[in-house]
Amino acid sequence: MIIKSNKEIPASEITDPLIFKERRNIIKAALATMAAAVVDISPTWAEDNNSVWANLPKGDFSDDLLIPTPAESVKNYTNYYEFALNKQDPAKLAQNLRTDSWSVEISGEVEEPGNYYLEDILRQQTLQEHVYRFRCVEGWSMVVPWVGFSLAKLLKAVKPLSTARFVKFTAVHQPEIMPRQRSNAMLEWPYVEGLRIDEAMHPLTILAVGMYGDILPKQNGAPLRLVVPWKYGFKSIKAIVKIELLKKPPITSWSQFAPSEYGFYSNVNPAVAHPRWSQNSERQLGSSFFTPRRRTELFNGYGEQVASLYSGMDLRHFF
Amino acid sequence: MNLQINNLRTKAIAVCLIPLFLLLIDIAFDNLGANRIQALHTRLGDWSLRFLCLTLAVTPVQIITKWRGLSDYRQILGLYAFFYGTLHVLAYLMIDHGLVWQMISIDIIESPYIWVGLLAYIIVLLLALTSSKWAKKLMGKNWKRLHRLIYIAAIAAVMHYFWQLKGNLAEPFFYSIIAFFLLGFRILVWIKNRQLNKIKVLDDRQTITLAEEQGKMPETIHNSTKH
Repeated sequence: MIIKSNKEIPASEITDPLIFKERRNIIKAALATMAAAVVDISPTWAEDNNSVWANLPKGDFSDDLLIPTPAESVKNYTNYYEFALNKQDPAKLAQNLRTDSWSVEISGEVEEPGNYYLEDILRQQTLQEHVYRFRCVEGWSMVVPWVGFSLAKLLKAVKPLSTARFVKFTAVHQPEIMPRQRSNAMLEWPYVEGLRIDEAMHPLTILAVGMYGDILPKQNGAPLRLVVPWKYGFKSIKAIVKIELLKKPPITSWSQFAPSEYGFYSNVNPAVAHPRWSQNSERQLGSSFFTPRRRTELFNGYGEQVASLYSGMDLRHFF
Repeated sequence: MNLQINNLRTKAIAVCLIPLFLLLIDIAFDNLGANRIQALHTRLGDWSLRFLCLTLAVTPVQIITKWRGLSDYRQILGLYAFFYGTLHVLAYLMIDHGLVWQMISIDIIESPYIWVGLLAYIIVLLLALTSSKWAKKLMGKNWKRLHRLIYIAAIAAVMHYFWQLKGNLAEPFFYSIIAFFLLGFRILVWIKNRQLNKIKVLDDRQTITLAEEQGKMPETIHNSTKH
C-alpha cells in the first residue's frame, strides 16, 4: 500500500542556503585535495574547484538573496568594443591581451601621484566578494559575484586634494592586440569613463580583480575594472591603466559619441527612456523561455544607498 | 509540365522552412548563447527581413535574367516574410514579455524603434491578407497601389533594425545597402518607362502630323483636328 503524505517539510528542516553552500565548498575542497593527491588535475578541474578566492568575506552591500547568473553566460556575453562589435568574439580575442606586470597611473589632484603596480595595490587592499546586479543600457541584466576592493580606500591612500571633484578612468590602449582600436571603429580610443568624486567614494563602488571566486577573465575586464552597480554597465570601465582626479568633469567615450543618448551620469532609471528604446524592463541573462522580463528598478535597486547623492537633481535632465 | 512546376513550388515552400527548423534545433540543444530569448527573437526578425528583401528582388532579377517564371514564387516569399514576422511579434509578446500587457504597452510607447517595426509588420500583414489571386481580382487597380507599400515596409524594417542597436551598425548597414539597391533599381526602371512613354507619345504625334499632311488620317481624327 502506498501511503501519500501531504506533510510539508518544516522550515526548520530546510537547509539554510548559506550553510548548504558552505557544506558544498567543504566537500568540493575535500574532493579537490583527494583528486590532486591521486592524479594530475586538469586545468578545467582546477578552475572549477580550486578557485583562487573560494571563501572571501562578503562586502557590506553584497546581496545574499541574489542568485548569480551562470558564469558561462557572463563570460561569453560581453560588450568589449576594442575587440569586437558583437558580444561573443571578445571571449576569444581578449585572450591576447597582455595583463602581466600591470600598473595603474594615479595622478591629478592628489598628494601622492604615481605609477602603482597592481600587485602593490592589492597588498594594501582587502578583497571581498560583492554580489551585485549589473544592468546594461541595452536592456539586459545579470547578477555577478565580483571579487574586489573599495575604490574609496585606494583613492584615500593617495590622498585626494580638496580640489578633486571628478575622477577620470582610462582603459588600456593596445591597438596591436585590439582589432577595433586598430581600425579606429566607433568610439575614440582609449575608452574613457568618469564619476563625480562622491560617486567614486561611495562604498558601493568597487574595483574588481575577479568574479565567481576566480581571477577576472580577460574579456570581462582583467586585470582591473570598475564596478558601479547603480549605473548602466558601460560606466564600469574595463582594463584600467589610469585614474585621474580632476577639477572638471571628463569627457566620457559614449557621451562623446552620442551626447543625446548617453549622459555623464547614466544612472539606471526605468522612468527615463533612452531616446530610441524603453528602459522600463530588462532581460536577465540565463533566464528560461518561460521567464518574462524583469521590471527595472530605480538606481538598479540601490536607491536606499545612493538616492541621496542626487537629491534635488532633475534626473531627466541629468540622465 | 504543370506537375513539375507544382513540385518546385512544394520544394520552395519546404526550403523556406529550413531557418525555422534550424532555430528549433538550436533551441533544443541550447545553442542560442547567453541571451537566448533575444537570440530567438532577433533570428526570427532577421529572417522576416531577409524574405522581405528576397520578395523585393524578384522583379529586378526577372528583368535582368528575363526569366518570367520567378514571379510565381513572389507570393511564397512574401508570405514567408509575413510568417517569420508574425513569429517575431509573437516571441516579443509571449516569450520576452510573457503577455504582461502593462509592461508591453510601456515598452511600445517608449521605444520609437518598435513603432517603425510595427508599421512594417502592419503593412506586411495587409499584403499577406490580400495576397490571393481572388483578392487581386477583386481589388483591381487598388491591389497594385496597396502592394507598392512593400517599399515602405522594407525601409521601416531596416530602420527598426538600425534603431535598436547601441552601436554595432555593420549588419543593418548591409541590409540598408540591399534595400537601397532594390529600391534604386525600381526607380531607374520607372524613370526609363516614363521616358519610353514620352518618346512613344511623341512618336504617335509625329505619325499623326505626318498622316495628316498626307491626308491619310481616319475620318474621326481628321474631323476633330479640322482647322
